[in-house]
Amino acid sequence: MDATTRRRLIMLAPLGIAAAAGGGFWGLLLRMQEGTYDPHSLPSMLVGKRLPEFSLPGQPPSEGFSSADIIRSGRPALVNFFASWCVPCIQEAPVLMQLKQQGVPIWGIAYKDKADAAAGFLQQHGDPYVRVARDEPGRVAIDFGLYGVPETYVLDRQGVVRMRWAGGMSDDVVRDSLAPMLKSLA
Amino acid sequence: MIPELGHFALALAVAIAAAQAVLPLLGAHRRDARMMAAAPALAVGHLVALAASFGCLMWSAVVDDFSVFNVAENSSSSEPLIYKITGTWGNHEGSILLWCLILACCGAAVAAFGRNLPSALRARVIGVLGFTSAGFLLYALTVSNPFLRVWPPPIDGQNINPLLQDPGLAMHPPVLYAGYVGFAIPFAFAVAALIEGRVDAAWGRWVRPWALGAWCLLTGGIALGSWWAYYELGWGGFWFWDPVENASLLPWLTGTALLHSAIVVEKREALKTWTILLAIGTFSLSLCGTFMVRSGILNSVHAFASDPTRGVFILVLLALVIGGSLLLFALRAPSLAASGIFAPVSREGALVLNNVLLCSVAAVVLTGTAYPMFAALVFDAKLSVGPPYFHMTVVPLLVPLFAAMSVGPTLAWKRADLLPGLLRLWWAALLAALVGLATAAGLRDAFAAAGFAASAWLIAGAFAELTERVRLFRIPIAATWARAVSQPLAVWGAAIAHAGMGVTVAGIAGMSLSASTIVSVRPGETVAFGGYDWTLAGIHTQPGSNYTARVADLRVMRDGRQVVLFHPSRHSFTRQQQTISDTAIQTNLIRDLYAVMGDERDGQVVLRLHVNLLAPWIWLGALVMAAGGGLSLADRRLRVGAPARRAAVAVPARV
Amino acid sequence: MTRLLLVLVALIALAGSAQAVSDPGEMLRDPTMERRAEAIGEQLRCLVCQNESVEQSDADLAKDLRRIIRQRVTAGDTDRQVTDWMVARYGDFIRLRPPVDLETLLLWGAPVIALAVAGGSVAIGWRRRARAPEPLSSAERRRLADLLE
Repeated sequence: MDATTRRRLIMLAPLGIAAAAGGGFWGLLLRMQEGTYDPHSLPSMLVGKRLPEFSLPGQPPSEGFSSADIIRSGRPALVNFFASWCVPCIQEAPVLMQLKQQGVPIWGIAYKDKADAAAGFLQQHGDPYVRVARDEPGRVAIDFGLYGVPETYVLDRQGVVRMRWAGGMSDDVVRDSLAPMLKSLA
Repeated sequence: MIPELGHFALALAVAIAAAQAVLPLLGAHRRDARMMAAAPALAVGHLVALAASFGCLMWSAVVDDFSVFNVAENSSSSEPLIYKITGTWGNHEGSILLWCLILACCGAAVAAFGRNLPSALRARVIGVLGFTSAGFLLYALTVSNPFLRVWPPPIDGQNINPLLQDPGLAMHPPVLYAGYVGFAIPFAFAVAALIEGRVDAAWGRWVRPWALGAWCLLTGGIALGSWWAYYELGWGGFWFWDPVENASLLPWLTGTALLHSAIVVEKREALKTWTILLAIGTFSLSLCGTFMVRSGILNSVHAFASDPTRGVFILVLLALVIGGSLLLFALRAPSLAASGIFAPVSREGALVLNNVLLCSVAAVVLTGTAYPMFAALVFDAKLSVGPPYFHMTVVPLLVPLFAAMSVGPTLAWKRADLLPGLLRLWWAALLAALVGLATAAGLRDAFAAAGFAASAWLIAGAFAELTERVRLFRIPIAATWARAVSQPLAVWGAAIAHAGMGVTVAGIAGMSLSASTIVSVRPGETVAFGGYDWTLAGIHTQPGSNYTARVADLRVMRDGRQVVLFHPSRHSFTRQQQTISDTAIQTNLIRDLYAVMGDERDGQVVLRLHVNLLAPWIWLGALVMAAGGGLSLADRRLRVGAPARRAAVAVPARV
Repeated sequence: MTRLLLVLVALIALAGSAQAVSDPGEMLRDPTMERRAEAIGEQLRCLVCQNESVEQSDADLAKDLRRIIRQRVTAGDTDRQVTDWMVARYGDFIRLRPPVDLETLLLWGAPVIALAVAGGSVAIGWRRRARAPEPLSSAERRRLADLLE
């Protein structure tokens, strides 16, 4: 390669880099529209691992439960963290009620909530849970890697976390992600 | 009615910009003098139409016309008038319109002040600016229209984010955008030069003032943003290496390199390829900054609109502007005339080193900012790059840069001996060493000591060339004075700007030593901290126009004398259900006293107190840098095409 | 002057860094351990307001994480162990300083790569300019002599 051609190629380099960067941004935009890329969301570290050991007191009138209880049930289940002060939790309540009607066991954990506030929430928006526990200090939530409410974890029969949905559950999410996952675990 | 007029004016501006894009370039290609002469008129017409449009938007906000969707979303009737006005650009659509307005000003500025340019070059520059304007205006008119209506109009607006109701933040966008967009002019000059196929000393001289002007504004804009973060956000820091902050730093770094590179083109007709590439690159980085902020692909709390469709439009726009100019570069740059020869050790050599280091810093900052996205795309990994990364990678590159900043100006053009230049700096080196040792011994902090030493080196070294030129202490004071005042302003400007950098470095070194504590106090109690006595005199409630505030009265005393009585507070904005802290700061320019109010519990209030050493110097340094730049801009040799003929001064010839 | 120095020394003794306004009660009594805890917290990203460190943020989650950091430091964990505990739950994203591994090679190598590329392009430009013309052959020299007459 003679000097002139090499020089021409070097001058082409900035365009090449810009084109690669542009292609990258394009890819990210596409993924954002699909929903597979969200700069603010975190992937769960628990996916593929057994759920963390814990034992929590009950949200009256329900009894509390532990991780062993969930595993012992031997069925695929959901663990849902909620709070009375959380607006998306109100919006996802009807969706969870529908899942309960379809026979999906949901174990609820009230995160950083006062007992009477949580009770009021369940009264007002319905109680889709098999059992409801309280995590007022929020330590168990941190063991789950929680960074906001609501969050829903999908567990298989052995208690291994298969999926985590951060944010409110909606019909679209149920249809596109949750239902297929539950079907595959059945 | 007014919004309709504004909408119409916007559409008109698009049409005029399109004409501004096509006619002058066609005219320059065909050497048609009439078409080329149309350029300035079109640029001015474009500005008038867009200014009218912007004015209509601002008017709608001021009169609380909530039928305009933009006003309904972002303003409210209870907002103070000044924030209604500045809120025009505090949202996505308004800020794009502001961006376009400043771009239009650029075109008009070239039309007004570029009369000494050859008509073909001026026509091409205005034409390129027209192209860019037309693209962004089309974006504003179609997917980002601020004049969309909502019917029926809501009773009241939703009120902008309370954080935006602040004088510093209100002024930050115009100044910052003026800097960002200002680099469109050197960009247009570069593209015009590539189209013409000629880059020469005259081009270098014509480009420099525009690059300098944009640089001064960008320096001011970044400093304003950082200062705002310091006094408003209340976390005691001033720079988090957040993606949007980095997006403003990147064009500043390459813009500084451009500034210096253009000098070599002017003086020695060398470094042409570098300079052209830097001119294109700086504006490209400004554009990318805009894209990243508005598209939502960045993880930053600054980001406004997260609408992917808008992102696509901007990406296409960027591809055309940046891709087009870089393609032109690839095609035309190899045929630029060969550069002047210079030895490695020379002022050109020092400026090459300056380019290399500044561009390396820019590359590192860009890598760090873009890496989370790159990792997500390629490895499907989720990681984050924060301040520790930047500190570890950028600081080592700054060391040779600071060293060179003082040595470079002492070197002669074409070929220089390093030793005489270094020897002239002996006193700067001595001062730096003394300062470093003294602070290291006294403060026992190596990083801060190094920072102070660097600062002394920069400030003293900045004046090294000047002291040589005026033969300080070697000839009578009167003669020194005569020489000093007859020095071109650009020499003073450069010295002051370099010294300004030193001031900022000192400020950053001082801030690294800042002390803070958290205390919980009752009214009447005193806390001793940082050599001062802080007494909480009382807490009271104060209503505001759209908020309620809890205000703490904090008295700071030293040796029994009151230093200040200031009022950190917390404002509760009822509408948005947000509470923000209003930091109280008192400065004597050597140290800042900084207090933030936290929660109240059982009659006690939590306070965070800081004593920040030399904090104001960070932004004062930026001001000094901008002032130095401004001074250089005032140099007649830069503004007028030909050198000014000066009256003969009886000064012995420089040997 | 002495007073200024005294103030400076007092400052250094207390030298800390940006912290969130929260409960002074959560600060550890032992200043060395408190400083360690602060240093660890500063290297972790708050996941709620994602442009602040855990140490600076006012969010509830950040407060909880700060408490946990202090508990673990008091319990005797090393800095590395505390960070690993956090990463096990939240992933590498929580680290403000990215890990050094194969995936971050380009990231950490950026300064060197940038210098190499920039320096390299300068060197290439240099060689091109410095290439002296080859000496004339004897035939060419004779032709030159003819032309010059």
